Amino acid sequence: MTATEEAPLLTVSGLNVAIEGAAGTVQPVRDVSFTLAQGDSLAIVGESGSGKSMTSLAVLGLLPEQATVRAEDLRFDGAELTGLADPDWQQLRGEQLAMIFQDPLSALNPALTVGYQIAEMFRRHRGWGRSRARQAAVELMAQVGIPDPAARLRDYPHQFSGGMRQRVMIAMALALEPRLLIADEPTTALDVTVQAQILRLLRQRQRDGLALVVISHDLGVVARSARRVVVMYAGTLVESGLVAEVYPAPAHPYTAGLLAASPRARGTAGSVRPIDGQPPDISALPAGCAFHPRCPIARERCTVERPKLRVVAPGRESACHFAEEVLTGEPTKRGTGAAHG
Amino acid sequence: MTAAVQARRVTRMRPRAKVAAGILGLFLVCAAIGPLLYPYDSVATSVADRLLPPGSALSEGGLAPLGTDQLGRDVLAQVLDGARVSLLVALATVLIGGFAGLVLGMLAGYFRGLTDTVISRIGDIQLAFPSILLAILLAGVLGPSVLNVIIALAVTRWVIFARVVRGSALETRDREFVDSARVLGVGHLRIMWRYIFPACVQPLLVAATVQIGLTMVAEAALSFLGLGVPVDQASWGATIANGRDYLSSAWWIAAVPGLALTIVVVCVGILGDELRKVTDPSERERA
Amino acid sequence: MNQRSEEPVLRTADLVAGYQVRRGLLGRRAEVAAVAGVNLTVREGETVCLVGESGCGKSTLARSVVGLLRPRSGTVLVAGKDTAKLDRAGRLELRKNVQMVFQDPFASLNPRMTAGELIAEGWRVHPGLVAESDRQAEVARLLAQVGLNPKHAGRYPHQFSGGQRQRISIARALAVRPRLIICDEAVSALDVSIQAQILALLAQLQEELGIAYLFITHDLGVVRQIADRVAVMHLGQIVETGTAEEIYQQPRHPYTQALLSAAPSVDDWTDDYTEGIVLQGDTPSPADPPSGCRFRTRCWLAEPRCATETPELAERGGPHLVACHFARPTVPT
Repeated sequence: MTATEEAPLLTVSGLNVAIEGAAGTVQPVRDVSFTLAQGDSLAIVGESGSGKSMTSLAVLGLLPEQATVRAEDLRFDGAELTGLADPDWQQLRGEQLAMIFQDPLSALNPALTVGYQIAEMFRRHRGWGRSRARQAAVELMAQVGIPDPAARLRDYPHQFSGGMRQRVMIAMALALEPRLLIADEPTTALDVTVQAQILRLLRQRQRDGLALVVISHDLGVVARSARRVVVMYAGTLVESGLVAEVYPAPAHPYTAGLLAASPRARGTAGSVRPIDGQPPDISALPAGCAFHPRCPIARERCTVERPKLRVVAPGRESACHFAEEVLTGEPTKRGTGAAHG
Repeated sequence: MTAAVQARRVTRMRPRAKVAAGILGLFLVCAAIGPLLYPYDSVATSVADRLLPPGSALSEGGLAPLGTDQLGRDVLAQVLDGARVSLLVALATVLIGGFAGLVLGMLAGYFRGLTDTVISRIGDIQLAFPSILLAILLAGVLGPSVLNVIIALAVTRWVIFARVVRGSALETRDREFVDSARVLGVGHLRIMWRYIFPACVQPLLVAATVQIGLTMVAEAALSFLGLGVPVDQASWGATIANGRDYLSSAWWIAAVPGLALTIVVVCVGILGDELRKVTDPSERERA
Repeated sequence: MNQRSEEPVLRTADLVAGYQVRRGLLGRRAEVAAVAGVNLTVREGETVCLVGESGCGKSTLARSVVGLLRPRSGTVLVAGKDTAKLDRAGRLELRKNVQMVFQDPFASLNPRMTAGELIAEGWRVHPGLVAESDRQAEVARLLAQVGLNPKHAGRYPHQFSGGQRQRISIARALAVRPRLIICDEAVSALDVSIQAQILALLAQLQEELGIAYLFITHDLGVVRQIADRVAVMHLGQIVETGTAEEIYQQPRHPYTQALLSAAPSVDDWTDDYTEGIVLQGDTPSPADPPSGCRFRTRCWLAEPRCATETPELAERGGPHLVACHFARPTVPT
């Protein structure tokens, strides 16, 4: 792989999010670090409560006031993001980095036509006139695959189907040609056949040079949309690497468990295997490794010492005391790990 | 629900609610035994002691701590005595109207169709007719008595409760957990009681707290027109109505019962809020 | 498939069901036939998966089978009895035979009832099932059977996680000892690791108790995990049905092929992953379906004949039933 050596477009280092609540402070994101190169794609994978969405919101400065964001380094294209003033954020979010969400309906203004909302992006950020902005909106809608864009310009969000709405969101997000798009569960609310269309659209854009962060719980969606993957569990990164290297040989038992639990519609059949137990409550995490109560290879050490994310192979990181074992052994092996010695 | 659980819930109330409950309790005690505590006749007139400000000495040597009205009647005695009638009328009206509204609203919202159409149209027709006019009409026909005031007011109020309850019932009946009960074969009565009713309690309580205040005012209006409580019985509404003409010269006549009314309404509101929290298991956990 | 002589636990014949929508400001009511003539059979102890995208009518079908919705025409036979012609006792018997587990574990349990009350509720309706004195023990047994702590019978739904709530729903259904459980997207709202737990639990219960499942889902990966037979539904009609093996190895309807091709899989990272078939546009509205074959507007095989002639569900030279004029055995891409 080339072009990963130059300065990264997005740097997230030592990111922590703390939220003050009635029952004390909880830390939904703890010590998360990753980078994304210009034009590269990264997936953040995790189940509900893993902190994946919280991470992306923190990067975009979109967390509510009760949340405290601390980071050693949070940098976009060389510029520091922490402590950025609101007007600067708005400038940056429109023109440099954009985000799309799971539910496009809640992100669109129901009282304004779709055409107006897209054209508004050009009028506000570029200062274009009404007709020029409208023309650009039509072109953009055509680009994201909305049929008959000139006519649909006058429609309101509720008149669009779920897939078309997500296209509208993508059109708005891409309007100002941002360099980074963060897509939070972009296809979760969509039908399978429509999901395939949206994933294809995102992939095309990424090939054209857009850096992409996809947040998803679905390992299949990740396989289709990203080159690199980071896996989150209970607020921390447990594994990172290239999709093509992590999927066939995961280096963390949780990743291995997720892969084994994902049903396959195509390819090799074979029965899915669940991960035992329940995801932990982030306000009462177990001692040691947060995954140890559910881990098939957990040992004494895992219950007391929290594993750090460390390099386990070139380009591969894992936060497991026994990562090498997971990596080299039968990846989805279940048992006590007695082979170690 | 066992008594022990109920008791635990009461002790778990927040301080604010405890204060509100205490104040309401005090009013109820006053309503029950007020005349024993304060030996002045609330309807005895004394021309010599007209419009005395609070704290004045009376002609026969006594003290009027909260002043007197234009007929020389003691305001404190009127408030204490009036509490009985006002609280009784308000509570009874809201209870009767609320119950009728609850039952009819649940029937309309749960069964929809013809039941809903009939109940809702009757309600609409009644709402189109000013409620105070209806109350006047009813009170006029039935004659002035506390019971008749309650009946007249309850008839005008049920629609408001029914509408609120119907809305909640309509929304709840289509929830998945109601479907799951229907699939299990659970009967309509039990579904309404265990599934629909709990969802209606909160809006019903909100409506009730508002209505307690409004009912007291409506009772005052009826009394003012001579169609409410008989003249030989004091009520806050009657005293407020009575003091309205003297607001600039003797503010205390209306202000003192008005203040009592406000306090009661606010306390009922706080308690209603607490009651909602106590009836919702997930809220209870958080408290 | 071995032929069984006994009556299937569920059979629908030309079932048509739907809902009313208001069109326009004047509120002229229009009937939408979300289910437009469906024949479906579920035999004792088997798992039939009904697959389709949103709006295909799969939930409407489920609701008309359990009696939450009155079919407009056609019949629903449960254990050989027409559900439309039941007396009160017969309806209770139906309730006992057919249970349902819903999609959203946060919406399908009454928040004001404890796990124990929820599970025991069925015995109020069917008092003969479990004697009053045994109910507490039976609740504990059911909780243990679905993998929950029997001591948690006094907890309320909000004190459980999503997966645990779905286990409560399953225990609640099991309590009346049904022969068929309809799972309407019962694992779709769950995390992958928990979803696999619930699927394993359902399989285990089927083995222990011989319950049949009608499993309704949009997720082809899940279907492949659990299905004995599969029915693919599109705009109110079944377009292809066969054993899981047949559907996954030799899908013959273009819609099935497109669905299989579109479903993301964890193996899609490999270099030999190709996009396969990506359909254009959206599914037409069930209120206004296309003439002839309802899939023709998105189909790459469509010819003029498809607009005029509705393809019947038939064998068409292959091992299983398919409703396409141009059905042919094709290996999935």
